[in-house]
Amino acid sequence: MRERHASRTFDVINAIAILFFVLICLAPFLHIIAISLSSARAIMTGEVSLIPVDLNWNAYKQVFSDMSMIRSLGFTVMLTLLFTLLCMLMTIAAAYPLAKTGLKGRKPLMFIIVITMFFSGGIIPEYMLVRNLHLLDTVWALVLPGLISPFYLIILITFFQNIPDSLEESAQIDGSSYIRTLVSIIIPLSLPVIATLSLFYAVGRWNGFTDTLMYITSPEMYPLQLKLYQLVQNNMVSELMQMEGASGQSMLQPESLKAASVIFATVPILIVYPWLQRYFVNGVMIGAVKG
Amino acid sequence: MSPVSGRNRKQKGANALKLGMYFRRHWQLYALLILPISYFLLFKYGPMYGVIIAFKDFNFFQGINGSKWIGFDAFREVFAMKDFYKTLRNTLMLNFLDLLLSFPAPLILAIMLYELKSVWFKKLSQTILYIPHFISWVIIGGIVYQVFGTQSGMINNIVTSLGFDAIPFLTDKNDWLLTYLLVGVWQSAGWGTIIYLAALTGINKELFEAAEVDGAGRLRKIWSITLPSLKPTIVTLLIINLGNMIAIGFERPYIIGNTAVREYSDVLSTFVYRIGIESGQYTLATVVGLFQAVVGLVFVLGANYASKKLADQSIL
Repeated sequence: MRERHASRTFDVINAIAILFFVLICLAPFLHIIAISLSSARAIMTGEVSLIPVDLNWNAYKQVFSDMSMIRSLGFTVMLTLLFTLLCMLMTIAAAYPLAKTGLKGRKPLMFIIVITMFFSGGIIPEYMLVRNLHLLDTVWALVLPGLISPFYLIILITFFQNIPDSLEESAQIDGSSYIRTLVSIIIPLSLPVIATLSLFYAVGRWNGFTDTLMYITSPEMYPLQLKLYQLVQNNMVSELMQMEGASGQSMLQPESLKAASVIFATVPILIVYPWLQRYFVNGVMIGAVKG
Repeated sequence: MSPVSGRNRKQKGANALKLGMYFRRHWQLYALLILPISYFLLFKYGPMYGVIIAFKDFNFFQGINGSKWIGFDAFREVFAMKDFYKTLRNTLMLNFLDLLLSFPAPLILAIMLYELKSVWFKKLSQTILYIPHFISWVIIGGIVYQVFGTQSGMINNIVTSLGFDAIPFLTDKNDWLLTYLLVGVWQSAGWGTIIYLAALTGINKELFEAAEVDGAGRLRKIWSITLPSLKPTIVTLLIINLGNMIAIGFERPYIIGNTAVREYSDVLSTFVYRIGIESGQYTLATVVGLFQAVVGLVFVLGANYASKKLADQSIL
């Protein structure tokens, strides 16, 4: 009886502790939302913690009326879609032949690929390459260098290898070529893993910052992360944001503007988050079971 | 001509014919590989070739091939730089402190989640705890300034309202270290639980029932059943972490760091960026990058060797 009581106490304490961690996880987001919705006065006097003070939408109005911000969002969406599409095409094209253990030359090819997981030339030679190919300040500088992740490639190879051979063989008896078999049988069977890897690639591109910092110099090509970085780092927010409209708005505390911009860049990720979570957990499980 | 070599030639001819037939039958598979392999050769092996910049007095007008060879001069110069040792020290220090804090956090969190009785509460908690993993470092940086700022940061608002002095989380190097570590835990602890929770699904429930019959309490069960069953996972992850001691991401220290705390926030990756891309000392930056890549490779291979010996499994 006493043990059951102790176990019950354990459950309660454990649940409260988890709840505490969950709140810690959320608090920074709540704080930044509160900042974005509060007045300059309340932010400066330090009244704002998790609940907005003097609720107003001015900061958001300003973010959405800033054409450079909207353009940056549009560019990032386009970049992410282009990148993800090309990555998946390349990864599938590589995974299908390499999944065939009987393929002549498979071993050296796999060796060439696996080595890149453990050794790289480093950022300066990579920068030189992008520069020599005249890709600097083009969208291709953010697309081409990351087209195939060896890790995701191996996940896909493993998945393809687990598809029963009989399915493919029956197609080939009917005279289907490799590429037709790939398109009409293998890819439809692999849609869940293809969706997972697409999300891996897409999130990586959406959140990627280092290469944008190195390769992109013209402001009209700034992806969202780079734009946001400059905004948050730079205290001259008002200049960056190309203030428009009434002079009253220039009184707006830049803090709320920064906060609203952070939220602006976070929301797209939160929108796809339900899928992210489901597929990512599966993806990690695939990796874990394999490893 | 001896009959042997004649037969060899015939054999060779037959082999070539076979190979030709093989390619004709399977050419599509190789056609699919052309672009991907070209990608690896150009974008992965190209930079590996570019590493020879480290041994050349590089300048843009003469290009990589035209620049003069200088042997190991640049290495001598780098190994004489104070900043090199500082960034090396910081890299190891930040990684080591991360290991102390960010390594156990997901383990503890995973065990706590595993002990939760309510399924919906567990699912909801996991959903929320995973979010920070998907937030970019730029956004986290923006949040960090709002939360840890000295003037109007959330934490300092509370600290000052309690009558204490504001803590310079972002501008004092020791306080910054704490900020850096806490942000790391915040970002990675939730997501890190997945691998442990996956391992925990494999526990035989009967073990718990048997322990209960023997009168074991909850903590005792965690200590004697849950933890031991996680041991292989813990060891493997620990070894991987040790293998990555010299590798450090660029974004976290670069974005959360600032000039006021450079004494601690300047690490090898930011150092390479600073002297290379920002100051144009490409040769020196390449040397530092190469040093990091080679030592990193040795660490990883060493870790794999240790893993084979200790845990009897290869992590590579």
